[in-house]
Amino acid sequence: MEELMSKKGDLPDLRVNIGSLELANPVMTASGTFGYAREFENLMDLHRLGAVIVKGISLNPRAGNPPPRIVETACGMLNAIGLQNVGVERFISEKMKYLAGLNIPVIVNILGDSLAEYEEITDRLAGVPGVAGIEVNISCPNVKKGGVAFGTDPAMAAAVTAAVKSKADVPVMVKLSPNVSDITVIARAVEDAGADSLSLINTLIGMAIDLKTRRPVLANVIGGLSGPAIKPVALRMVYEVARVVSLPVIGIGGIESAEDALEFMMAGATAVQIGTANFVNPRASEEVIDGIREYAAAEKLPSIRSMIGCLHRS
Amino acid sequence: MSQYQEKATVTRVEQFSAKNYRLTLDSPQIAGSAKPGQFVMIRAGFGKDPLLRRPFSIHQVVGEKQIQVYFKVVGRGTDILAHARPGEILSVFGPLGRGYRLAAASPAVIVGGGLGIAPLLFLVKEICHLKKDCSQNLIILGAREKIEIEPLLDDFRQFGFKILTATDDGSFGHHGVVTEVMASMQLPAGCTVYSCGPEPMMAGVSALCKARNIPCQVSVESVMACGMGACLGCSRPAKDGAYTHVCLNGPVYNAEDLLWKN
Repeated sequence: MEELMSKKGDLPDLRVNIGSLELANPVMTASGTFGYAREFENLMDLHRLGAVIVKGISLNPRAGNPPPRIVETACGMLNAIGLQNVGVERFISEKMKYLAGLNIPVIVNILGDSLAEYEEITDRLAGVPGVAGIEVNISCPNVKKGGVAFGTDPAMAAAVTAAVKSKADVPVMVKLSPNVSDITVIARAVEDAGADSLSLINTLIGMAIDLKTRRPVLANVIGGLSGPAIKPVALRMVYEVARVVSLPVIGIGGIESAEDALEFMMAGATAVQIGTANFVNPRASEEVIDGIREYAAAEKLPSIRSMIGCLHRS
Repeated sequence: MSQYQEKATVTRVEQFSAKNYRLTLDSPQIAGSAKPGQFVMIRAGFGKDPLLRRPFSIHQVVGEKQIQVYFKVVGRGTDILAHARPGEILSVFGPLGRGYRLAAASPAVIVGGGLGIAPLLFLVKEICHLKKDCSQNLIILGAREKIEIEPLLDDFRQFGFKILTATDDGSFGHHGVVTEVMASMQLPAGCTVYSCGPEPMMAGVSALCKARNIPCQVSVESVMACGMGACLGCSRPAKDGAYTHVCLNGPVYNAEDLLWKN
């Protein structure tokens, strides 16, 4: 493999490292947009993914919010799924075996209502075969208690990070909320608390109103905005955060194409996550990988790693 | 279950009324594996706005390579699709979901309302393939006015089922709704009801079938982003209070498994 990669010509080196986690390429699937991966097995080649991040897992199963849960908006969509998931026990017993068999890094997104819950889920995931990393959701805007407070307060964000780190036996990635006045403050606090990497951004809180019923479209009233509409905001935040932390940063927000992904890498992202685009095109992540490879080949880059944060070096 | 993302060529665009259209698409892989009641997700264009695919039930499979969708212009996505030209390419993803489960031995009573008529043509065709004698079967179609039913009637008539109609304005058949037609008659003994239409109609059909102890399958509608179980956007309350996801567990359900608003 090493030999193949280093050969001149048509196989640029797409490998990136997120701390101790080595990815074959910088493209992952974002939590909540890719189910537990199996949903996509007939639609794309899962083995090609840099990593898969599975639907957020809580200690106990969650039913999620009443419908309507989603609404399309200009160049994007709002969702208020409400963190529906099978809970950590069923995740381990029903989903993890398949995921482990994919032979790609599996990063488990976790969420909780209290520090104790975050700790308990992490503890439960420790030693589970196939779990390569944990992504901590401190930013989901949909559940009334918990999520919002953790992600928007530097001390609480740091406390969750430290709690998860105290139990984790794999690298910990903390997913930041954009719904703050200065994301770099949160990023620094999370770095100081021991996070191994940062992923950003989660959805931006928004709403939509139905003129006929004169009511909010979403039963939850507010929801998280995702899709191409949020890309410029996400890009700016990645740029800002990459400038002030020394941790690897993973870019998320409206990425649909290799061009989008490369912009994030230039702004400082070591890797990217494909989210909403998976809904529109189940092969989106594979196409992004292909596009990055083509770009690297066309630009004669020995390694895609030279693109990471190149904006900050010029 | 195989699903395909096809670049389908539009071969025909038919306008049936001010807002109702039917598209015929060359989509051989989907046409080859689709079952009545299943649906497809179609992208209206290839840009970022509108972003998401739109779900459409499969109106019918034509020959071996084509599918049709029948829809009403309700927003930007459907407006773009209504203005598609023959030769244009659309991205179509499917077939998706669980369709109708055909009870071959049981006479079929097919009840459709408004745009809910769309998947029933495919269903009627398939039932006709299964059965030798179609004379026992019944179709009841309802809409607000005649123009929403009449252009499709010839397609339905070719299978020899008895057809009854109802319109809100009385312009075609019974002046009223399909549930009144059902309630006023003796349905064939041992029949199965297959239904698709607006929620209040299906709630009515469901209640009537429950009262008469008739098995009833309904196809329900939901907003959805992905159509394949990833977004979890298409939740709907089931009988047991849990959420079911229309794209995976539906769109066709046994009516008794769902929670109905009365």
